[in-house]
Amino acid sequence: MAEESEKTATDHHIILRVTAKLLIPIITLYAFYVQFHGDYSPGGGFQAGVIFAVGIILYALVFGVVDALKLVPASFARYLALSGFLLYGLIGVITMVNGGNFLDYDFLFAEGPEGHHGQHYGILGVELGVLFAVAGSMLTIFYAFAGRAPEIRDEDW
Amino acid sequence: MSDIASHLAPSEVAVVLIDIALLTMMAMTAIAIARLRSLFAIVILSGAYSLFSATWFVAVDAVDVAFTEAAVGAGISTALILGGMLLTSRTAKEDSQVSKRIAPLLVCFVTGAVLLYATIDLPGFGDPTSPANTYLAQEYLERNMTDIGVPNVVTSILASYRGFDTFGETGVVFIAGVAVALLIGFGERSLSASLRKKSEDE
Repeated sequence: MAEESEKTATDHHIILRVTAKLLIPIITLYAFYVQFHGDYSPGGGFQAGVIFAVGIILYALVFGVVDALKLVPASFARYLALSGFLLYGLIGVITMVNGGNFLDYDFLFAEGPEGHHGQHYGILGVELGVLFAVAGSMLTIFYAFAGRAPEIRDEDW
Repeated sequence: MSDIASHLAPSEVAVVLIDIALLTMMAMTAIAIARLRSLFAIVILSGAYSLFSATWFVAVDAVDVAFTEAAVGAGISTALILGGMLLTSRTAKEDSQVSKRIAPLLVCFVTGAVLLYATIDLPGFGDPTSPANTYLAQEYLERNMTDIGVPNVVTSILASYRGFDTFGETGVVFIAGVAVALLIGFGERSLSASLRKKSEDE
């Protein structure tokens, strides 16, 4: 306990850490808002993926890359990127199997020409693929850079 | 100036003033970036430049572009360049002699003059008869609700009408991640190596 209080006394980044702790959940929540509200307002998978990655990168910058790698392992980030890209392609293949063109979402469900469920869920699906691909790729790039300098020293700021 | 102001409604004058203020701040940031030698200050100022341009995009009603610029330009690229900055030295090299910098200056001025000349042929801002606003855009706006049924036309063009393009873009982002990882490693191994070196030093 005494060790702990000594640690916080010398930790002059405490304001940064407390603020980041408050902001990171809000940033992540906002990323999902941008993702799932993309049909109605500006935004979509690209922006949401980038904002989600920024939340994790903020954590890595403030709390250190080692802790961030425990939270989101680098292998998870790269498999996330791959699964997003494959999810996008898979939706295109499903529409082809159902008799339409590649990525023709009207063929996702058996519905009449008036039905828009195929378009809605198709767009939602590919945007989810974009979210995974962008967030995973950005984190992979960040880890590739940041992994080489484990801790940001005070004089670097 | 007073002649122009008399032709515009007060709200339009306000818009013009906001445009001028934002573009002036962008130009000042750009000049500061060109003159500074500290990499950290340059990274932060380029983030500020992106934020100014995002604000300006909102002012000209391009909210989707503004959002992307704020998220990508001010957000992730600043963070990524900060990460890259840690791998190199913190200050740029000293300037070369003034006589060696005349040719680049000339190239800048000629390019700028050519671009200014090109703007003469551009349609006015928000011109309803411009080619961009007449043929295809009109068609998309009319057909969107019966074809797709998604209120945000930008999303329906991006994900449905041009879904194949977006598939390619997603592939480009994925390939960029793979390319960086192939060039400088995934991070964990070099991180554990540098941590091991650090504990050996201590």
